[in-house]
Amino acid sequence: MTLPPTPSQTVGPFYGYALPFTGGGDLAPAGHPDALTVHGRVYDGASAPVPDALVEIWQPAPDGSRRGAPGSLRRDPVTGRFAGRDATAFTGFARVPTDADGHWAVRTLPPGGVPYLAVAVFARGLLHHLYTRAYLTDAPGTADELLSALPPDRRATLIAAPEPNRTYRFDIRLQGEGETVFLDFG
Amino acid sequence: MTAQPPTQADIGAEMARARDAYAKAVADGAPVRHHPGRDYAPYRSSALRHPVRPLVAVADPGAAELSGPVFGVTDVTDLDHDLTRQHPGEPLGERITVTGRVLDRAGRPVRGQLVELWQANASGRYAHLRDRHPAPLDPNFTGVGRCLTDDRGAYTFTTVRPGAYPWRNHTNAWRPAHLHFSLFGNAFTQRLVTQMYFPGDPLFPHDPILQSVTDEAARQRLVAAYDHELSTPEWALGYRWDIVLDGPAATWAEEGRR
Repeated sequence: MTLPPTPSQTVGPFYGYALPFTGGGDLAPAGHPDALTVHGRVYDGASAPVPDALVEIWQPAPDGSRRGAPGSLRRDPVTGRFAGRDATAFTGFARVPTDADGHWAVRTLPPGGVPYLAVAVFARGLLHHLYTRAYLTDAPGTADELLSALPPDRRATLIAAPEPNRTYRFDIRLQGEGETVFLDFG
Repeated sequence: MTAQPPTQADIGAEMARARDAYAKAVADGAPVRHHPGRDYAPYRSSALRHPVRPLVAVADPGAAELSGPVFGVTDVTDLDHDLTRQHPGEPLGERITVTGRVLDRAGRPVRGQLVELWQANASGRYAHLRDRHPAPLDPNFTGVGRCLTDDRGAYTFTTVRPGAYPWRNHTNAWRPAHLHFSLFGNAFTQRLVTQMYFPGDPLFPHDPILQSVTDEAARQRLVAAYDHELSTPEWALGYRWDIVLDGPAATWAEEGRR
């Protein structure tokens, strides 16, 4: 049996008090020596920053496990407020809203088994979210099926550019010149 | 000189053209389109926020996106599913129960997964700084709920029916009453953010966000059913809305997660 799916609708402008949570970008435990930062801006088709986008990350744990772990939205059972992750489990999931300048950032650990973070983008004006990938390496010979199938200019949009201090820059351009490669999983 | 904002008649004509073009395409053999086109022009905010290049297909069985995040008892408190009990007093409005099942396209329940809901209050105002609609805020209503699906994939929320509200897509634009839903499946590819509508709303034909789903049957799947059996005597009206998540998942996830 194949059921027809429920259609997507835009996240709208007012999710800000509902979906983001404290520590949403802090996948890596505080002070972890392998922690790296991935950050960037979301731009629209006029190259203006998008201040009301939501970026979600999913990735395998450093050991390659794809089972994830609960606790991304861990709560204080007394107050009901967000308590942050428990400093041990690697949940694999991050959610960060862009700021007024369209910027977002996550602190995470290197993904095991794949060279990329899976990225989903939601925004007012976007009727159906978009998937892309932030590749943390562009080393020659990287045998990645998706990257090697893309022409160089398109491929470049998926590469998170290394910066000092274990930081990578990954901008997302929704439309126009330098438009990010977005993915369809069927 | 500033261009005049479009009227409801202008937007209505654009929506009718999009519906007609879709109907003709399907009649000519194009596949049914379950999701909105990201380039749906009557929703003006989409103009600069949709890609113009085609999406790139990924068929790799090793893709990390075929697995996805999990949530558990630490992520949700006991009262999160009841939006009427988050403040000292009772919110104003018509109390409702909304329930349904989350399934994948094979009809299998999505178990133990996070369902998030957010909404305007009974007057049509969001508890958000940037919502300037001059309708009253309700000190007893925030409008955010969460729950985990059970072993049948079922979720349940208690809340109040939200009001319709104006927005600036065009002159005299009003959104039909709706609940925003965010859902996780067994894979990141099954992620869904959508909106649930209430049956019989007279604003349906005027709303470019709902009408962005140009397939009539697909649009109907965004509308909950009033279910009298779910109504609680002397307490709340009941609505039923089942959700089917699109997208593939790794086969190991098929047994469901806890």
